[in-house]
Amino acid sequence: MAGAADLDVGYVARLARINLSEEEANAFQKQLGDVLKYVEKLRQADVSHVEAAAHALPIFNVFRDDEPRDWFTAEQALSNAPRKANDLFIVPKVVE
Amino acid sequence: MTEKDLPALSIADLQSLLRSKEVSAREVINALRERIEAVDGEIGAYLSLDIDTASKEAENANVDLPLGGVPLAIKDIVNVMGQPCTCGSKILQGYHAIYDATVIQKLRAAGAIPFGKTNLDEFAMGSSTENSAMKLTRNPWDLSRVPGGSSGGSAAAVAANAAIGALGSDTGGSIRQPAALSGVVGFKPTYGRVSRFGLVAFASSLDQIGPLTKTVRDAALIMNAIAGHDPQDSTSLNEPVPDFVAKLRNDLRGIRLGLPKEYMIEGIDPQVKAAINAAVKETNSLGAEIVDVSLPHTDYAVAVYYILATAEASANLARFDGVRYGYRTENPRDMLDLYGRTREEGFGAEVKRRIILGTYVLSSGYYDAYYLRAQKVRELIRQDFAKAFEKVDALISPTSPVPAFKLGERTADPLQMYLADVFTIAANLAGICGISVPCGFAEVDGHRLPIGLQLLGKPLDEARIFQIAHAYEQSTDWHKAHPPFAALVQKKQS
Repeated sequence: MAGAADLDVGYVARLARINLSEEEANAFQKQLGDVLKYVEKLRQADVSHVEAAAHALPIFNVFRDDEPRDWFTAEQALSNAPRKANDLFIVPKVVE
Repeated sequence: MTEKDLPALSIADLQSLLRSKEVSAREVINALRERIEAVDGEIGAYLSLDIDTASKEAENANVDLPLGGVPLAIKDIVNVMGQPCTCGSKILQGYHAIYDATVIQKLRAAGAIPFGKTNLDEFAMGSSTENSAMKLTRNPWDLSRVPGGSSGGSAAAVAANAAIGALGSDTGGSIRQPAALSGVVGFKPTYGRVSRFGLVAFASSLDQIGPLTKTVRDAALIMNAIAGHDPQDSTSLNEPVPDFVAKLRNDLRGIRLGLPKEYMIEGIDPQVKAAINAAVKETNSLGAEIVDVSLPHTDYAVAVYYILATAEASANLARFDGVRYGYRTENPRDMLDLYGRTREEGFGAEVKRRIILGTYVLSSGYYDAYYLRAQKVRELIRQDFAKAFEKVDALISPTSPVPAFKLGERTADPLQMYLADVFTIAANLAGICGISVPCGFAEVDGHRLPIGLQLLGKPLDEARIFQIAHAYEQSTDWHKAHPPFAALVQKKQS
């Protein structure tokens, strides 16, 4: 298990698309470092004979028929939009 | 009947009055509104109220339905059509739900009236409701203390009789712990027992919606309405739902209760320990056999949780990007600036911390060491419970190692706050069901602070947990106690 020193808060924040101030980054570096040190105890667990658990009562292959149905109208979907026009969400230019 | 303190009634008692026509659903809404006006300025349980719609629904209430005419408060992380759904976050300020969550549809079909949204830690991340970006919620038993979290608003509202009953959500204890700290009943179903469709997701493999109520019977009544398979939630279980109220009885003969030896640790407040020991004796006198059991991987639970839950949260909160709903930063230069500044300005510190931690444990080079390993230890924890349940019908423990702590006491050290969840968290990892019921009080600084007894049951065994909890509850008077604050306001009102 990698050490807590490997966490570069600034880098990970960029991956998570969250800008951080220098103060926040420094505070988080310390706090998350403490948490990562705490979770290192998991290294002691013997997991050699277990599969990863995902569900209390395992269920598999939950499918439904691929049939179209009504969900929301455009108006409903746009009702919380920060910026909208012509039935569209307005966003900054993505492609140059 | 106008002298009756309607908001102080349980759901079951209210239903008697509604069905015998001694009181109308409309009167109940009015009485609630008055009580909320009287107390919520101090307690801060509610983020929004929709009394007009609730009053209209009350006019047309069919009180013969299972929850006919019963108003319920809803944690502000469950979508209720037309009402705000802030998740306690600035990033969803102004957002109004465009659909009803499945649990809300089911509550409405049972005749219940969702009338207000309650405060919570932001995106359900926290154990004190102090992480809400909207307001502070205070514990009705001592206004200088936390109500617990993350469903603190729901717990405080029920405790202060500013709600007849409420819904919360539980990911690591967020129904049970605030129930314990605020002196009410809080129930977490088996994972998959209640649909998550319409619940804003924090950790998809851990989240469950459940009731916070004044009595165990009330919690079972709500569960009857909201449980069941939902094709819109692919993680919901396709299992028949029994009548959770049918098996309630007043003794515990034939019941085997397990005391996990790893839970009676140092660090439990001595008054909590005393109350739990007294409660265990009480269950014994009701006929239960007490058995020592071991959950050997208990010590890993908090660590497993803070890897898995944060990882899942980092994925679930990626959708909050300022594009389609919620807060958007001003004058974004480009896409990355839109995302980076919206999320910087919209999320609080705890949410950011968890997203960053979750992103890290999932990132290339670290996934195996952290996330995958945690998922395997999770299976060990699940097996611990499965083995214990071969010997006993339910496990018994404190819900929280301490009674309500002071506002601000734990906010400086996130890890210290995380350790408050030590007794509740494993149940979410294993997917089992559990309840917290009031079992006494601690005397602290001249205040009585509630103590909660936790019962944990095997998957799908909710009826058994309700049975045990009800028998214990009915043999004591803890559930009849009211915070002195509420009594004070009653005096003011009359």
